[in-house]
Amino acid sequence: MIRIEGLRKTYRSSGRDVVAVDDVDLTVAEGEIFGVIGTSGAGKSTLLRCVNLLERPDAGTVSVDGTDLTALSGSKLRTARQGIGMIHQHFALLSSRTAAGNVALPLEVTGVGRAERAERVAELLDLVGLGDRAGAYPAQLSGGQKQRVGIARALAGRPKVLLSDEATSALDADTTGSILGLLQDLNRRLGLTILLITHEMGVVKQACHSAAVMRAGRFVEVGPVAELLGTPGSELTRGLFPLGPVPDVPGSTVVDVTVSGERADDAILADLVRTFDLDVRILGGAVEQLAATRAGRLRLALPGDDPAPVLEHLRERGVLVEVAQ
Amino acid sequence: MTWSELTEILGVGLQETAYMVGVSTLLTAVGGLLVGILLVLTDRGGLLAAPPLNAVLGLVVNVGRSLPFIILLVAVIPFTRAVVGTTIGTSAAIVPLTIGAIPFFARIVESAIREVPSDVVAAAVAMGATRRQIIAKVLLREARPGLVAGLTITIIALVGYSAMAGVVGGGGLGDLAIRYGYQRFETEVMIATVVVLVVFVQLVQMLGDLVVRRLSHR
Repeated sequence: MIRIEGLRKTYRSSGRDVVAVDDVDLTVAEGEIFGVIGTSGAGKSTLLRCVNLLERPDAGTVSVDGTDLTALSGSKLRTARQGIGMIHQHFALLSSRTAAGNVALPLEVTGVGRAERAERVAELLDLVGLGDRAGAYPAQLSGGQKQRVGIARALAGRPKVLLSDEATSALDADTTGSILGLLQDLNRRLGLTILLITHEMGVVKQACHSAAVMRAGRFVEVGPVAELLGTPGSELTRGLFPLGPVPDVPGSTVVDVTVSGERADDAILADLVRTFDLDVRILGGAVEQLAATRAGRLRLALPGDDPAPVLEHLRERGVLVEVAQ
Repeated sequence: MTWSELTEILGVGLQETAYMVGVSTLLTAVGGLLVGILLVLTDRGGLLAAPPLNAVLGLVVNVGRSLPFIILLVAVIPFTRAVVGTTIGTSAAIVPLTIGAIPFFARIVESAIREVPSDVVAAAVAMGATRRQIIAKVLLREARPGLVAGLTITIIALVGYSAMAGVVGGGGLGDLAIRYGYQRFETEVMIATVVVLVVFVQLVQMLGDLVVRRLSHR
């Protein structure tokens, strides 16, 4: 649905060229929620703004739903943008318009008639659960309600793609959960493809089917979350299941095991104990239901001098095992 | 001077001031809005980015703002003659008043529009809005409270400028205060004039604040 190839964007800042996005390729499948995670300054915001050409890339192509946007300009580009929704970190609502007025704006832009507009606005506000707040100004709404208005506005043009620019970063944990829940719901019900950027692992955990970790303008890893969980050394896995610094356990080997999918519920510990008669100690870990899959990660202390047969045994059972250093 | 003479000259002065300030406010609102919008749009990263044009426009505005009004008043005499046909009188005073106030209001318009958060503008661009739609439906609409507050400031500044219009025979309350109070030592007239001016300014400010409150939903 979204296809980015060789994307590059450089800024001039205080006399120096700063590469914000450095040769990035990205494919987001139809109906997928794709998260790009990275710290601030990693270039993820620039990347997102290149998708609807709020920023024009220096090199590379961006196509959405089969249309090469980088080849468009003027009114053709404006028409293409009408088919891409966008939500923003600070909501970007017009303070001078009510919730209904804000949702109506994109419809006014596209020239939808007054009666049809009113009908569609009511329908959209109902969709995001704000049917009763149509006449409220943004200043009278909570952060979560403002973002719901933002989402209703983004959906006005019946887009196939929604771009989310840190849409939950200004919200508290509970509200973040409910906004992500709404996005997932829209994703399922409308088949909406969502590309979101975030610096919160929790967002990837709760909502994303696929993810990319971005640093210094590049993707350091990218793929379906379930696949990345099975990739040795994955930064995303470490971020989703942080285990902290490795403790020193004399006479034992400390290993981190990651299990996902069907493996997540296997009794791997009981199996180890039975097979090797081993006093396995759990040093930390968690098993959780992610949006993509069920997964868990445990840090274990395996007693004995030679852990190799144990590691081999675990690997044969489809468990990712890494010796923690 | 009798009471009725006083009220008569005050009435005429008030009428002249209201006329000069009223007409120049209308012209300034239009001119200042245009120049202010252009200052924002042509700036680096603006919707119609044209840094050289922006620099020239900024320079012209700054020159207009640095000239003391009394000098501007005299300097634009040839232009006034070309526009109004005369260089003396209340109508003639409107030309320098407007020219003096446009740069002032333009800067206020510029800063009011810059107050509109950039992500709101980005959201409009992302919706596929045209430049015209963004200016009308987003920039001007969102800046409305600031624009009205700025226009109020401008009207009051124009009342102040109009006092100097006496130099070109513009008349008005300020001129009255100078001629009677300063030049003829008729303190009562001066005080009466100042009182009327204070009330006038007060009313303008109150009305302006009222409209701003109505428009503001922050």
